Amino acid sequence: MIEIKNLNKAYGNLEVFKAIDLSIKEGEFVSIIGPSGCGKSTLINIVAGLDSSTGGKVMIEENEVKGTNTDRVMVFQSAALFPWLNVQDNVAFGLKNICKSPQEIKEKVNDILKKVHLYKFKDKYPHQLSGGMKQRVSIARSIVMDPKILLMDEPFSALDEQTRMLLHNELQEIWMETKKTILFVTHNIREAVKLSDRVIIMGARPGGIIDDVKIQVSHPRKSTDSNLFYKEEMVFKKLKGEIEKIAREELGDAYNFEENTVSDRIGNTMGDGI
Amino acid sequence: MKRILFLIGLVTLWEMVYRLGIWPPFMFPSPLDVVDTLIRGFTTGNYTIALLYSFRRLIIGYVIAVVLGTVLGIIIVSSKTVDETFGTLILSLQSVPSVVWLPLALLWFRMGETSIIFVVVIGGLWNMIMSTATGIRNVDPLLIRCGKNLGYKGYKMFTKITLPASIPHIITGMRMAWAFCWRALMAAEIIGTGHGLGQILMWGRDMGNMATVLAIMFIIAITGFITDNLVFKKIENKVFERWGLSPS
Repeated sequence: MIEIKNLNKAYGNLEVFKAIDLSIKEGEFVSIIGPSGCGKSTLINIVAGLDSSTGGKVMIEENEVKGTNTDRVMVFQSAALFPWLNVQDNVAFGLKNICKSPQEIKEKVNDILKKVHLYKFKDKYPHQLSGGMKQRVSIARSIVMDPKILLMDEPFSALDEQTRMLLHNELQEIWMETKKTILFVTHNIREAVKLSDRVIIMGARPGGIIDDVKIQVSHPRKSTDSNLFYKEEMVFKKLKGEIEKIAREELGDAYNFEENTVSDRIGNTMGDGI
Repeated sequence: MKRILFLIGLVTLWEMVYRLGIWPPFMFPSPLDVVDTLIRGFTTGNYTIALLYSFRRLIIGYVIAVVLGTVLGIIIVSSKTVDETFGTLILSLQSVPSVVWLPLALLWFRMGETSIIFVVVIGGLWNMIMSTATGIRNVDPLLIRCGKNLGYKGYKMFTKITLPASIPHIITGMRMAWAFCWRALMAAEIIGTGHGLGQILMWGRDMGNMATVLAIMFIIAITGFITDNLVFKKIENKVFERWGLSPS
């Protein structure tokens, strides 16, 4: 589905990453995790066609990526909603480009709004919504276009823990139902392990893939699943060289970095059952 | 409440100065004289007609300034060369008070409506151009990226994303343009001819009737205040709220 071949990116002399090779199958949920500056966001932007590479190529089903295309749609870190449009018009915004029948647009928009539990809010404007609701609208706006690939660039990192948990479950449901190929960039280990089939670990400058961890746990997953803890620990160990940097700079979670401490984890699953 | 007390205080002070009799009444009329002139002006219909005349010019000039300003603003941002040449010219023209154009206008369009409307257009135009250009330049790049990502480009991207995203700046520009046009109109009417408020003010001066002058000044101030605060400021606040910006 997605073939990344020998991809390089540099800004002048500064190498962001080099020689990235990655192959993603159809319907796979793949997370990319790594410390800040490893180029994970740049990578997903190149796949989206919003940024250009300085070498190598990205192939989507035998076609090389050149610019944006509605077969792969990105969900940004901040919801990036259009403030002058209400929820349903925001969701319909991209759809209008590929679908001409107003009746069909309306049906699709209503369907997706029900799916993300925002149907009651369809006439509200972005400034009237909470952060979690905005991000739901943003996800709905992308999914409604029925892209082959959904790209997500740290979509939940600006949200509080409870909202994030809720959205994890919603995203999991959407993914199980639609079986879209999802490429998901995050700096949150738990999020990556809980949601994806594969976790790609990237190292810092010059960035590159350190490891590719398969998470063979059936969906739907609960974050209390012990297999997930085990995998989390594994990813965590592999990232350890870089981890202190991430911890200080980015992680929103009150993670405890001493190994084998379980006590903190109980506190951290709070909100999962809500 | 504070404002009302202040106004009462101000009028009382005015009346007291008047009673002291430092200046003769025709030079320094009492508040009552002014109120009287105002009532007479409106009951005979003179002021109403003058107000209508002024507003007609103002609205014609303002609409031209806003439409032309928006179009020119768009042209300026769309080309770097235009921006570096014409854009710089506008910046320097902005510092020229629009009434300075009146002699030229009188020469080009003769005495009458057109030259006054021309000055009104000039009054609001530069500001409108700059506001539109700034608005378009300051559109959040994320929204543009998001639009690309959803399959928008070129003309459609501009009309569906760039332009709506710059509306808060454009509205502020429109409010300022209104204030500038209003000032330009009064200046032009005082010097030019016709039946507007500015002309009545000048008659008052010529006849040595300061009550008329003050009455007209009062009308000008109130009209400006009402349109700015009750009309434009409200629209602006609403737009800013919708766009998720804090009101200025």
